[in-house]
Amino acid sequence: MPVTFSVNGEKRTADVEPDTPLLWVLRDELQLTGTKFGCGIAQCGACTVHVNGAPRRSCVTPVGSLDGASITTIEGLESAEAQAVRDAWAEVDAPQCGYCQSGQIMSAAALLARNSNPTDTDIDNAMAGNICRCATYVRIRQAIRNAAEKLGG
Amino acid sequence: MPPLQNSPARQSGPQPAPSRRAFLAGAGGLVISVALPIKVRAQSGEETVLGAAGRGENLFTPNAFVRVSPDNLVTVLIKHIEFGQGPMTGLATLVADEMDADWAQIRAEHAPSNAEIYGNAAFGGIQGTGGSTAMAASYDLMRKAGAAAKAMLVAAAAQRWGVPVDQISVANGIINHPGSGRSGAFGEFADAAAQQTPPENPTLKTPDQFVYIGKDVPKLDTGAKSTGAAMFSLDVYREGMLTAVAAHPVKFGATPQSFDASKARAIKGVIDVKQVGDAVTVYARNTYAALKGRKALTIDWDERAAETRSTNAIAAERLDAVKNPGAVAGETGAVEAALAAAETSLEAEYVFPYLAHAPMEPLDGVIERSSDGGVDVWMGSQLQTGDHMTIAAVCGLEPAQVQLNTMLAGGSFGRRAQPTSQFAAELAATFMAAGGETPVKLMWTREDDIQGGFYRPLTVHRLRGGLDAEGRITAWEQTIAAQSFLAGSPFEGMVQNGVDATMVEGASVIPYAVPNFKTSAHIINNPVTTLWWRSVGHTHTGYAVETFIDELLEKAGKDPVEGRLAMMTDEKHARLAGVLRRVADLAGGMAAPAGRARGVAAVESFRSFVAQIAEVSIENGIPHIHKVWCAVDCGIAVNPDIIRAQMEGGIGYGLSAILFNELTLEEGGAVAQSNFHDYRSLRISEMPEVEVAIIASDAPPTGVGEPGVPPIGPAVANAVRRLAGRTPRRLPMIKDLQA
Repeated sequence: MPVTFSVNGEKRTADVEPDTPLLWVLRDELQLTGTKFGCGIAQCGACTVHVNGAPRRSCVTPVGSLDGASITTIEGLESAEAQAVRDAWAEVDAPQCGYCQSGQIMSAAALLARNSNPTDTDIDNAMAGNICRCATYVRIRQAIRNAAEKLGG
Repeated sequence: MPPLQNSPARQSGPQPAPSRRAFLAGAGGLVISVALPIKVRAQSGEETVLGAAGRGENLFTPNAFVRVSPDNLVTVLIKHIEFGQGPMTGLATLVADEMDADWAQIRAEHAPSNAEIYGNAAFGGIQGTGGSTAMAASYDLMRKAGAAAKAMLVAAAAQRWGVPVDQISVANGIINHPGSGRSGAFGEFADAAAQQTPPENPTLKTPDQFVYIGKDVPKLDTGAKSTGAAMFSLDVYREGMLTAVAAHPVKFGATPQSFDASKARAIKGVIDVKQVGDAVTVYARNTYAALKGRKALTIDWDERAAETRSTNAIAAERLDAVKNPGAVAGETGAVEAALAAAETSLEAEYVFPYLAHAPMEPLDGVIERSSDGGVDVWMGSQLQTGDHMTIAAVCGLEPAQVQLNTMLAGGSFGRRAQPTSQFAAELAATFMAAGGETPVKLMWTREDDIQGGFYRPLTVHRLRGGLDAEGRITAWEQTIAAQSFLAGSPFEGMVQNGVDATMVEGASVIPYAVPNFKTSAHIINNPVTTLWWRSVGHTHTGYAVETFIDELLEKAGKDPVEGRLAMMTDEKHARLAGVLRRVADLAGGMAAPAGRARGVAAVESFRSFVAQIAEVSIENGIPHIHKVWCAVDCGIAVNPDIIRAQMEGGIGYGLSAILFNELTLEEGGAVAQSNFHDYRSLRISEMPEVEVAIIASDAPPTGVGEPGVPPIGPAVANAVRRLAGRTPRRLPMIKDLQA
């Protein structure tokens, strides 16, 4: 059964097994490779996308559950929060290897979209699901603070 | 989003090799270069130069490292893999500085696999990255490359303008002749510069002339890593490519006896199932079908040669071995007599568990048949020369028929530096087993990564120390037992007289003057595969030495900082003493607020010197690390911000392991852990605040990728001892404290 949803504002149809995780539809079928595979069990956050505006681990989200959903990936993340986050990421040179950073940015942008002035605890809670093995956490925290300030939160 | 259209992964039809096309740009995003004038061909001696064919025989020719295009971009070819430690920015900085380029025109790209041109002098000329050598082995080389490129551009301008070379100046990528008011960008002279003869010994700048070295130049890869555009091996998709996922042996040393693939083959999208070496491999049209196919396999393993003991049994064997001295790695005086004569003595046994590296991107790679009958390969290769030769051998090709494209890699921490090129061999064998014509991506999952071996070896230390009546440390005996991962590899020469240098580094010589000293080691091999893990031997020797000295000093009633400094009498430890003093100043001493304690440690590793002080509390048996102060001396600080980032990252990476991580084998030999739920990684809420001081130095630069790791474990452990009354000696720490 083909599933129809929107990805980054474009209507897409996935004709795959309905239990296929969204992650592999994005990567294998739609060639949107910015969303990464890290663990496959929703433990690391590298696969984070937005489903109807909320962060979701695409590696455990069956595509069959997404009929009619609106999905945003790192490639299509274009909100004011996203720009502030990317600018802040550049300001502090947050990434090291970079592999987890798509997921980090998706989580950070989602946090700022619902909470424009997060405390450090808010940041910890929102970002605790995103592992960075390079441990860029000091800079991620700083970047989120900087982005919030820039957004006038 | 226009940049995405340029990404090779997003184009249909035949796709050019991404590592030759996808240049990393600054915050502006991904920029795709014009077509290269010459195809870079591995091992062929050809190379791209300043817009023309080049000369491959001289390692110091700038042309193998620098490319100036008519559109005014300066591309620096980076001979070391970028996986976050910063060689793209760091090495490009050296070139940009000597060229007096504008940083905005600088791009970086991985160099092709070609040991003749891109070999690592620290590795005897093979191409590879490790031991925190990239900056040390490139500092003069890359500066010469930049200086030569600048000299050729200046010569071309002088010729065109008919003016003497010495009347020309260069700044911010613009060539000027002040006398006539003429000026031009590098790109305008790219073609003409290619006709100039490269200078043999270009004049290098003196440090007072540096414009980028020593400054926080923005990293070249941050932009592409913030938009999803950065290309990793997993992101390479080729026309008609199959994805392969392998069922590897569940016990070390087991082999498949028989397997039933009928259920796997029935899954939609599964194309084939083959035995590839010791694995049973599923080939499918897409990743999910391959994963489902693997789950549906039934495999009978032959476990006759397998490791079936538990890690408890393996540790017990090693604890037994360290009761007696092993092969001597360092000795002064008469340690037994001194121990017997000691007024006070201390004895301690340490057990360091197997550790997985767990880089965010598990091992992966893509291989396809090239139009000329060779193969093109994309992988995060850290030891390119060995991987290249291995792929050629497995595919039955000459090395010149293999093009190995080094990709950005999602971390490594040692995992991708494989002396025996095991992943490259598996990738090539997976391709050949499927017929050697269809493009194949081989992807390890996190379970393969955690259970697949090549761990930091399970290592046991026994220490005995003695103090005289005045509290002086008069005896130090350290005995180590572990397995060696170097035997049978190209790095076998690091095992001498029964001593594996990677097992005793940091213990065979200690910075503290002890008159009677002996370190020895036992190599006890077993089928569990092992490998270097970020900072290698220092991961355990740093912990053992720095916690043991701290306890001895406490017994002697001495201050942990002043006590250490008083014993660093040898001039060769002066720089370590320097970082120890600096970190004590930075932290304002060792006093902590109520309920907290501070611990200190100082470790020299890979010719860099790092000292750290950690402020810790213990809540419900779990150490909380509030802040870490860090001082580092790595010679000339080429990019201070990257150095700070590597210290922060090394601290976080070390904390993960010290607090949480161990891989255990159950009775029977199966690995107990499988993914991040039971092989914990440090999370943002657990990351301490970090403050870094960099020692000003004019010594040659040394590495920072590894040296931030070793001190954090013992610094935390020494604070924990002050709070909990004992040093955790059977890691990981939380398990030890709750035992």
